[in-house]
Amino acid sequence: MSDTINIEINGIPVEVRTGAMVIEAADEAGITIPRFCYHKKLSVAANCRMCLIEVEKAPKPVPACATPVTDGMKVFTKSPLALDAQQSVMEFLLINHPLDCPICDQGGECDLQDIAIGFGKDASRYNESKRVVRNKNLGSLISTDMTRCIHCTRCVRFGQEVAGIMELGAPGRGEFTEIGTYMERAVSSELSGNVIDLCPVGALTSKPYRYTGRPWENESHAHVSPHDCLGSNLQIETRRHQVMRVLPRENEAINEMWLSDRDRFSYTALQHEERLQQPLIKQGSEWRQVDWETALAYAIDGLQRVRKVDGAEKLAALISPSSTIEEMYLLQKLMRGVGSANIDHRLRQSDFSDDDGQPLFPALGCSVAELEDRDAVLLIGSNIRKDQPIAGHRLRKASRRGAHIMCVNPVDYAFNFPVDENIVVHPELMARELASIAKALLTLTANAAPAGLNVLLENVESGDAHLTIARHLQTASNASVLIGTQAMSHPQLSTLRALALAISELAGASLGYLTEGANAAGAWIAGAVPHRRHAGEHSPLTGLHTREMLNTGMSAYLLLNVEPEQDCANPAAAVRAVHEADFVVSLTPYITDDMRAYADVLLPVATFAETSGTYVNAEGKWQSFAASASTADDIKPAWKVLRVMGNLLDVGGFDYLTSEDVRDELKGQFETLTPTLKYQWQCPAVMPTKVSKDLTRIGHLGMYSIDMVVRRSAPLQATADAQIETAIVHSVTAKQQGLVAGDTVRVSQGGESVTISIAVADAVPENCVFLPMGVGGAVLGDAYGSIELAKV
Amino acid sequence: MSLLQQRQASKTHLLNAESRQDIDRWVAKYPADRKSSAVMAALRIAQEQNAGYLSNDLIEAVAEYLEMEAIAAYEVATFYSMYDRDPVGRHKISVCTNISCMLCGSDDVVAHLEKRLGIKLGETSDDGRFTLKEVECLGACVEAPMFEVAKTYHGNLTPDKIDKILDELD
Repeated sequence: MSDTINIEINGIPVEVRTGAMVIEAADEAGITIPRFCYHKKLSVAANCRMCLIEVEKAPKPVPACATPVTDGMKVFTKSPLALDAQQSVMEFLLINHPLDCPICDQGGECDLQDIAIGFGKDASRYNESKRVVRNKNLGSLISTDMTRCIHCTRCVRFGQEVAGIMELGAPGRGEFTEIGTYMERAVSSELSGNVIDLCPVGALTSKPYRYTGRPWENESHAHVSPHDCLGSNLQIETRRHQVMRVLPRENEAINEMWLSDRDRFSYTALQHEERLQQPLIKQGSEWRQVDWETALAYAIDGLQRVRKVDGAEKLAALISPSSTIEEMYLLQKLMRGVGSANIDHRLRQSDFSDDDGQPLFPALGCSVAELEDRDAVLLIGSNIRKDQPIAGHRLRKASRRGAHIMCVNPVDYAFNFPVDENIVVHPELMARELASIAKALLTLTANAAPAGLNVLLENVESGDAHLTIARHLQTASNASVLIGTQAMSHPQLSTLRALALAISELAGASLGYLTEGANAAGAWIAGAVPHRRHAGEHSPLTGLHTREMLNTGMSAYLLLNVEPEQDCANPAAAVRAVHEADFVVSLTPYITDDMRAYADVLLPVATFAETSGTYVNAEGKWQSFAASASTADDIKPAWKVLRVMGNLLDVGGFDYLTSEDVRDELKGQFETLTPTLKYQWQCPAVMPTKVSKDLTRIGHLGMYSIDMVVRRSAPLQATADAQIETAIVHSVTAKQQGLVAGDTVRVSQGGESVTISIAVADAVPENCVFLPMGVGGAVLGDAYGSIELAKV
Repeated sequence: MSLLQQRQASKTHLLNAESRQDIDRWVAKYPADRKSSAVMAALRIAQEQNAGYLSNDLIEAVAEYLEMEAIAAYEVATFYSMYDRDPVGRHKISVCTNISCMLCGSDDVVAHLEKRLGIKLGETSDDGRFTLKEVECLGACVEAPMFEVAKTYHGNLTPDKIDKILDELD
């Protein structure tokens, strides 16, 4: 049987894939067939009947979405029979649909409106009463007007097939069918916002956008997601230069047509009341609003003073990993220009001992789309579903194809795909588990072990789980070992990475990083690390990494999009460091009381939507964008601020006209250098096995506490994923500590403490306290440090 | 806590041993990864165990037992008229009012039942003896009009015949 067959639609010959449905053939040929329930990314339901068409020799109209093509088939989408069927269906669908278009958010982009105009009759013969359906509360993101629902069930199928949890269903029968959640629960999927796009009518609309605008008033701008390392493509819609909403931009290679809720709704933080509107300087203990010239002069003066008195090596710069590559490049150029290489974007990292062996940039090891072709994946310290929702979705697709997904995690995360081997251990035992997998691989493979590995693994034993993982990785034709975001703060990161490398080499799998922020790859390429210049070049001047900077105490800090009390692996140490510094300049979109306490100069900068720039995603793809929205006059894009600072500091080479100039300079050098840095094996000196007797904190990084913008998005903060207000311990640990669920405890790390209530769940290993970063306003110590509990 | 695997209190113990055994027989008829195919039988079994109606807890127990989402089992339980989600009387009288029965006089059957029992369609008598339900075609058009009491079909109904049937019930 050949792969394609020939059919005829409205007399036009069309060549089409065998097994395709008529509607797919028509879509490819550009022939419009109206539809509501059919969606190319979802299974066929054929329940709306809108796509009825005539097929030669068929006795009655057939649905184009559920009719497979056959050779020589003659299809008529505009014949009297087809048109009459479509008009009748349209009349039927409108029976219960309210005529509330003037107050409906979907107005202007509504499939029902468009199709009613294009394929409906001009009048209805229906005189009976219409049904009314009570609205459902689906949480803070999705607004419902259920009377408008036409029961296409796209939202239900999306939950089952894409999001991986069936939260919405269609209970009831016939006229009494109502879409809703079981017992009125709020939806909790991290991809839930996509049902807003899928809904062909105004039944499910965006809650934050509700009643604020009309689609025809909006201007649309192509943009790139600032919240995870995939670089999902966005369409930012603005009105009068203000962001109104964010929609996905279709890109089959990255986000397909989906968007995570984080990417879709984070814009709600752009007009937050904490937005800094004007430059501020602190003189004595007084904050003064000043113009940019004064503020910059004051900042430069302070930095020069520190440079003169304490030396350039006492200057430090911390930059958010979600900054653009232009900002990263200019900041490191500025710092190195004044004689300091103390620059880092790895704010949440604790272990830097394998810095020299790192590849050019932390890459995914395959393309985003290739994630779904994996046959076996080992996740290390990753809650991929919530950390990088779109990557999680790709893995779920792989899993549905039959891929084996396996984990070594410090917490039993709730995935939306089955996990074949789920190793959940105390964080200090994660390295041992990886060693056991490597050991199992040694017995299975003829691949040469990296130098020293055999000795290192001498006393390591492997069990059935390790053997299964090893076997799956080794027999798979496409296998990946992925180091997740949650592992980045691990105190033994270098050991975990070395063992992950060993496993990937022994198994013939690719090694990948799921990094934090939007632009960790760009940060490495731009040289926002202390030991390498841009494009991976060796830096003659070596600086201090984040931890050294914060622990040794620097005299001056330059912060870009960073809140030390929230963004660092050890918030308490970070806060101490900036408080003790003589001079702190913060380029920030927001202002807080903490900033007022430690900073000397606050410079208002643009957020992701208001600046031009480039993000490099985890597969190494450079994606540039222009500013979508504009800001108040006194808020400037950070790259422009850095350009002026570079000139004021007489660094030289800061005469850029546009952000493209900055990017092209870096890209040009990147391409001439053609760097080929690969991850180098460094055998860990010892095998960490001992578990400390103290309780260990698991400082999980919540998906809605990752950066300044997300933390200020009220709708996202109201979702279940952001609503963690307890510390969680294992039932055995609770018993040992004499605690029951609901008890109030004082948890302390170092000198800092917070009072919080306790929950008990065996998803957390024994002897650990699951306490996400920033929960309850806590500014505590290391994400994975020892922690004390005391009942109050 | 939604990001952690939640080990919620299991509800499968609400299904008694006999019901489970019965459900297992149905599960065995389908492929191992398609346990949810047995949902209709399982809901019926659960309903029989529970004096003829399904509580939400029981629906969740069935869903959990068949490894499916609660909403999916709930969809089935709310779709078919054979499932009741409120307590029912000792005798459930299901009157067919579909086309064949209607043409043969089901309106009179309903009227007679309502008068005799003192309840309307969809109601249960105060003494807990009878529940009167309107159902779709039960596939017994040859002897329309008809109703079903418990699991017995009664056809060619007349007021006298109905009285006789009801008199024999306890």
